[in-house]
Amino acid sequence: MKIPHHLTDKFAKYTVLVCAASSVIILAAITVFIVLQGMPTFQKVGVFDFLFGTEWRPTYDKYGILAMIVGSTAVTIGALAQAIPLGIACAILLAEVAPNRIRSFLRPAVELLVGIPSVIYGLIGMVLIVPAVRHIGGSGFSILAACLVLTAMVLPTIISISEDSIRAVPHAYKEGALALGATRWQTISRVLLPSARSGIIASIVLGMGRAVGETMAMIMVIGNAIAFPKSPLDPARTLTGNIAVEINYATGTHESALFATGIVLLIFIIVLNTITTVVLRRGIQKHAEHLT
Amino acid sequence: MKKLNTNLKKKSFVATLLVLSIALVTLAGCGGESATTATKTTTSTTYTLAGTITESGSTTVQPLAERLGAAFTALYPKVTVIIQGGGSSVGIKSATDGTVDIGAASRDLKDSEKPGLGETVIARDGIAIIAHSSQTVSNLTKQQIIDIFSGKITNWKELGGADKKITVVSREEGSGTRSAFEELVMGSDNKIVDTAILQSSNGAVRTTIAGDPNAIAYLSCGYVDNAVKVVSIDGVAGTEANVKNGTYKIVRPLLFVTKGQPTGLVKEFIDFCLSDAGQKIVSEDYISVK
Repeated sequence: MKIPHHLTDKFAKYTVLVCAASSVIILAAITVFIVLQGMPTFQKVGVFDFLFGTEWRPTYDKYGILAMIVGSTAVTIGALAQAIPLGIACAILLAEVAPNRIRSFLRPAVELLVGIPSVIYGLIGMVLIVPAVRHIGGSGFSILAACLVLTAMVLPTIISISEDSIRAVPHAYKEGALALGATRWQTISRVLLPSARSGIIASIVLGMGRAVGETMAMIMVIGNAIAFPKSPLDPARTLTGNIAVEINYATGTHESALFATGIVLLIFIIVLNTITTVVLRRGIQKHAEHLT
Repeated sequence: MKKLNTNLKKKSFVATLLVLSIALVTLAGCGGESATTATKTTTSTTYTLAGTITESGSTTVQPLAERLGAAFTALYPKVTVIIQGGGSSVGIKSATDGTVDIGAASRDLKDSEKPGLGETVIARDGIAIIAHSSQTVSNLTKQQIIDIFSGKITNWKELGGADKKITVVSREEGSGTRSAFEELVMGSDNKIVDTAILQSSNGAVRTTIAGDPNAIAYLSCGYVDNAVKVVSIDGVAGTEANVKNGTYKIVRPLLFVTKGQPTGLVKEFIDFCLSDAGQKIVSEDYISVK
């Protein structure tokens, strides 16, 4: 028996629609749930005291997450400061400099790095990086150790997306630059990198998202202390770590405060995603302008 | 190159589909199995026990519960005992909600948690003070321990050791071991210092201490092994022997909590835990209640 084409078309249309709707429903459900669970904290503690309070002692009804906001921010900035130059340099190597033989070996290696579970990064951090940082000072469980581990985790994202966007630059640009007598490095730094800028920025924002969201590896190397960190060698706690470390034992307001931490994280991520979208859209528009 | 890429993409798509379908089939298989276990429970005779017991809660109780569960299932092969961690508060909450048959707790129940719950003390456990195996300080007074954990003493040289900063390692808020330590040692006036490194399980605390020459922590006696050094309190070390003969005072109960009084299979399991055979397993690492 043959099914008429207009029926299969309709069937496909509605199947796709249901699939698309389900992802929206899941997102809405998560948001509603987190907000409902976290709201009581904002009412009880107050938005200002919650965001800017420096003391987190649930047993004594103190719920301030400023130290964790600082922890998350410090770790993210620290990791990006190392990962951006390294990642872009590696992307240039892969896209322009390395011969195909080396690239065919390096590229899968970089992609494999993405697939390593974060708990493995954490384990290696705990066994190798934490003792190494201890030689510099402090207990080793520190923002510095967390930055080093996170750098390794963010690198592959930055490398692979940056490389793709450098490769996506129209060949004519490169040929034109070389034909005008530009050296290889001039071509890369003055023509290819500026043209691939939007993609590179997108890779950085995606990397930032990964850095903010990373939980397991951070818990294992950052020490999770609730004190306000004063130096890179001090232990700290990230927003995600705060939830993961304490949710097992939390009840009542304590539990709600962890959901409120989740709301803060969600807003963090939404802002980052919006930036990515804007940057990407601008990049596409620019590209279109170039072509006309 | 491009053609190769699309080819590869097609291949990896097919591979993903394959993996997905295998996962689905496996999942479906699991569902089928648990369904048959359920039927087994209803048709079993009273002589051979069958069914599933779920337990979650304190990570201190977890290894003990696993051993008790294994011994119980060795006696009754048709019984499955599923043990999960989560922490004391989770155990109590899950038992109250009825999401598990047994909740495990390594601290006394709060008054707000008690209504509607049945509690059985299955073992007792000491909390030892531990340091790195190379630590030269081997005895502390209770006051010194309070001062270390509240941040008043910050250097090992104040305790007769090397001139090194002390790394205080603790458990997170809500942990049964932490609340027992706070109650039995710190007292209500002394908070654990906020610069303390927090680890979220007994195992992670032990790993941290084993790796850091300047660290100190408290740990469930059941978790103490050769990787760390036990520091005495007022001349008494937190060893099993000292807990058993009553000279070591930092001891807390390990509880099995049930919604209402235990019945049926769950009661059989708890009775087994309290029996001579069960308590023999308890006494391997913890202190028997008999």
